Amino acid sequence: MKKRFLPLLLVLVPALTLAAAGGVHLDKANIDPDNQQSLQRGARLFVNYCLSCHAAGLMRYERMGHDLGITEPVVAENLMFTGGRVGELMTVATDPDDAVEWFGTVPPDLSVIARSRGVDWLYTYLRSFYKDDSRVTGVNNLVFPDVGMPDVLWELQGWQKPVITTVKDSDGTERKVVELELEEPGLLSPKEYDRAVRDLVNFMDYMAEPGKHDRRALGVKVIMFLLVFLVVAYLMKKEFWKDVH
Amino acid sequence: MAEKWKTGVLGWIDARFPLSQMWNEHLAEYYAPKNFNFWYYFGSLALMVLVMQIVTGIWLTMNYKPDALLAFNSVEYIMRDVNWGWLIRYMHSTGASFFFIVVYLHMFRGLLYGSYKKPRELIWIFGMIIYVCLMAEAFMGYLLPWGQMSYWGAQVIISLFGAIPGIGESLALWIRGDYVISDVTLNRFFAFHVIAVPIILLALVVMHILALHEVGSNNPDGVEIKKTKGPDGHPVDGIPFHPYYTVKDIVGVIVFLIFFCIVVFFMPELGGWFLERDNFIPADPLKTPEHIVPLWYFTPFYAILRAVPDKFLGVVAMGAAIVLLFFLPWLDRSPVKSIRYRGILYKLALVVFVISFLALGYLGGEPATPVLTNFARLFSILYFAFFAALLLIPMFEKTKPVPDRVTSK
Repeated sequence: MKKRFLPLLLVLVPALTLAAAGGVHLDKANIDPDNQQSLQRGARLFVNYCLSCHAAGLMRYERMGHDLGITEPVVAENLMFTGGRVGELMTVATDPDDAVEWFGTVPPDLSVIARSRGVDWLYTYLRSFYKDDSRVTGVNNLVFPDVGMPDVLWELQGWQKPVITTVKDSDGTERKVVELELEEPGLLSPKEYDRAVRDLVNFMDYMAEPGKHDRRALGVKVIMFLLVFLVVAYLMKKEFWKDVH
Repeated sequence: MAEKWKTGVLGWIDARFPLSQMWNEHLAEYYAPKNFNFWYYFGSLALMVLVMQIVTGIWLTMNYKPDALLAFNSVEYIMRDVNWGWLIRYMHSTGASFFFIVVYLHMFRGLLYGSYKKPRELIWIFGMIIYVCLMAEAFMGYLLPWGQMSYWGAQVIISLFGAIPGIGESLALWIRGDYVISDVTLNRFFAFHVIAVPIILLALVVMHILALHEVGSNNPDGVEIKKTKGPDGHPVDGIPFHPYYTVKDIVGVIVFLIFFCIVVFFMPELGGWFLERDNFIPADPLKTPEHIVPLWYFTPFYAILRAVPDKFLGVVAMGAAIVLLFFLPWLDRSPVKSIRYRGILYKLALVVFVISFLALGYLGGEPATPVLTNFARLFSILYFAFFAALLLIPMFEKTKPVPDRVTSK
């Protein structure tokens, strides 16, 4: 092979590995950021299932309570398991060295994960765990193969197993399709579980940018002002330019 | 009128500092052609965006921490805990991209109406230096959020210096101050982004405007309005910049702000074009992102770099793509300035050039697959062919007669 230059390699090689991972189809999360109840349910799921290993070290409990319409005592009592004050950041006490021993890696901070992965990815990922005895955690994931994270939501979803079928494309090439099938039901029905994950992802999307709601609300006012100002400025320009021939 | 001002506070100042004189020379009695069209908004808009970037930049600096351990979180701190921090940050990040949009349109205007031609060569040269400084400013600023794309983008671009034979590796090392991008690099980029480059930019902008006001503005007809002066000694086709163009530019500013605010308030990432997804992951020297791309305003040149199968020659081609622009005033041999009075060949060449630039911009942001790389090669050749066309076309171009006076309403 010819000597290639660095940027081409840097771009090409990862692009190939991405292609090898197969463009996994992502389901639409269809979150509703204006649905406060969904956000509250998502927050409850998040602190119960995620916050024990992952931190959200850029998010404050107080801000969450304020934005989601949860009073401070309720936040302190129901959503904070570590004690401390509501003004604190949503950190975890897990020692990074322990984490590496348990999971092979430090669980990433989830504060802005919805902005890097996207909500559809998160929604699909959290619904794509399946049993795989070859893994230490006993599970694998279709969206994130060989992920270090165990299936923490299994009691809600139940256990899924992979069903591999071979389909023929219209051009005759065969390819394997992996689909997941519920083997053992969990506490929630598949529909309820999808809704729970949607709530959770909705919350994570809120957490990635808590000011998003305010931003949009202010934007409408700013643009309305600019439109009015535009009319005034245009009339002024027209008046001044009357004497230019 | 100036006589009337010779009393009072202004008179006192004018006796000691040429305030009224400067006001008149550059605004109230600077005569600009009366036929400016849509393309003439982008100069004043660029100035406004520069001021906006400086002001929002000052406020960002109040809470940003140029430290590899703190930088990423300090940006999110600005987004969450600083009053109006999100607005200041999004104005700054959106402003960077809009700066390039405005500057590219401003430069395109120069190509349309031959604004770089005699006697305006220096205006163009100063403008080109501003453009190069702006690229340095944007590149160094993009490292500061310390996300994955900040880190790896800088890593790739600085490694390009390593392609220079002989001194390359030492040069790259000297720029980084370390063997990889590190805290040292972040600190020096911060210093350049916040102090050094902005000072140079401001000085260049002053020179750009002084040179413009020395020779006077070009216009869509490419006619020198100073050739036809009225009995008052002012150009017949000129109008004072203030108030005529100040009130007109205010309209332009508002229209610009409407587009700007739509992005700031409703789509600050613009689907990954203005803020890349991977930049919401803190910089990790051990994990290369799947797809490293510079931000959109660099992608045309990045595509040219990747189109050449040899690293050093790629860097040379990329550099040439920018350096050639400096020589436009001398490459374009046509005596006719405005595209309105030039032949079909120049019009075609310009269309092909713009399409090539946009296509390269798209290709530079895509993975370099063999098919796309071949397309990038084609458009790179067309990009460079434009400069040859500028030299050749005037030899057999039939131009239309240029009027003596501007043709506007």
